[in-house]
Amino acid sequence: MARMKFLCDSKRCIECNGCVTACKNENEVEWGVNRRRVVTINDGEPGETSISVACMHCSDAPCMAVCPTDCFYQTDDGIVLHNKDLCIGCGYCLYACPFGAPQFPSDAAFGERGKMDKCTFCAGGPEEDNSPEERAKYGANRIAEGKLPMCAEMCSTKALLAGDANEVSDIFRERVIYRGHNDGAWSMSEEDIAYDATQKV
Amino acid sequence: MLRIKWPSQILLVLALIFSGFANATPSDAKVAGFAGADYWQVVKKGDTGRTQDQGAEAGQLINVKGEEWRYWRNQWITPAGAYAIGGTLALLAIFYLLVGQKKLDHPRTGNLIERWKRLDRANHWTVAVLFIILAVSGLSILYGKFFLRTALGDSLWANYIMLCKLAHNYLGPLFVIGLLFMIVRWIKHNFFNRTDLMWFLKGGGIIGKAHPSAGYMNGGEKVWFWLLTIVGIIVCASGLVLDFQNFGQVRETMQIANLLHAAGSLILIAASFGHIYIGTIGTEGALEGMKTGYVDETWAKQHHDLWYEEVKGKSSND
Repeated sequence: MARMKFLCDSKRCIECNGCVTACKNENEVEWGVNRRRVVTINDGEPGETSISVACMHCSDAPCMAVCPTDCFYQTDDGIVLHNKDLCIGCGYCLYACPFGAPQFPSDAAFGERGKMDKCTFCAGGPEEDNSPEERAKYGANRIAEGKLPMCAEMCSTKALLAGDANEVSDIFRERVIYRGHNDGAWSMSEEDIAYDATQKV
Repeated sequence: MLRIKWPSQILLVLALIFSGFANATPSDAKVAGFAGADYWQVVKKGDTGRTQDQGAEAGQLINVKGEEWRYWRNQWITPAGAYAIGGTLALLAIFYLLVGQKKLDHPRTGNLIERWKRLDRANHWTVAVLFIILAVSGLSILYGKFFLRTALGDSLWANYIMLCKLAHNYLGPLFVIGLLFMIVRWIKHNFFNRTDLMWFLKGGGIIGKAHPSAGYMNGGEKVWFWLLTIVGIIVCASGLVLDFQNFGQVRETMQIANLLHAAGSLILIAASFGHIYIGTIGTEGALEGMKTGYVDETWAKQHHDLWYEEVKGKSSND
């Protein structure tokens, strides 16, 4: 059984926000909610680094551990999903999550946050796969169609990888090995690319 | 360089100079800063960057305190609260079985003395009913998932726990008003004095025939009052922080508020069992006072002798 993971290669992320847009569009995410965001550290300074972040589908998920209604569940692929019918919008998952993944559509007084929404790894929710109910509540279920999350599939520099942890880390490991070589694992041969990764900026 | 507040930045610069790192060539420094170990270290410590996301704290990559909150809530407060509540209930049950109800020593005289005015009673029962609703809903939010979900089934559980949350969030502020009103109204009766010291030394007379002197309020009632005042205000204030997240308080504030709220409420719930026990089955004639406003002379003489003399003195002067 696969163990699904995201990995953002921060040396490749160019802060285009393509993943954010892809996610928003594919899942028809509500206003005010961003399941994925790109954060740039040292913006405009030497060493500027961007990284795309969403729910990391933790093995020992803090959201799951603190939820008062026990609305979270983990699929056999290690994807952390939640049942919006059980969610009361208390915000505890938001307090606990290291990555700021849980989002709420409302921010009204008396703790009226609405139902929590977060990245589903494009795997929908507890409803029947790709049913209208599932689509309305959770967005796409690409996993049920044998496809990977839209954000990673649309990433222009292939910085954002999604899939089985072993395969994702194999790809990343290969990149690390070839980093410092002329093509920095951007291409399969040394001749077909103008970019020289050994050239320091 | 890294975004660090200026005093620590000076330290950092000094550290870099002494470590000889400052002698590195500019291009080397750039490579180190670009997604290297230094970068991940500051990210891990909760450094913030720039993002297009307009959400609260979206710029922070790692919410460092989340795990600490989870640890304190799940590993300490949840079990400690269960022990406190279960332990208090067990102690009271054992006490009742061994000692039984505190009876009136003498037969009732039939003469009634006014103890609580209508407004006092309305205030008490409003706060009491709200307290019970808030305690039941709060305990459900903390412990419900361990057994209620399986007991009720998903659909009923979803409705019940949603009701708990709504009741908690909308009735909580009313409880704050009721409690503050009560504190202001009753504080004058509750300052400790020498009589209370003697009352405590004699253990409140809960066992045996001893009857330590007490005024309008005895030492035990005063302890309950001050517990409700001090812990109650902490619980109310932290509850309002959690209830009105629309003011944009950050996660860390709400984590701390949640820990204070849970710990304080569990202390109050455990203590309330003692209060409810003494006020109902624990003491003959105690509930009458808060129910009707009047107590029997015998009861007043036995439990609040100084207050009884005061009232008698006043009425004979009239």
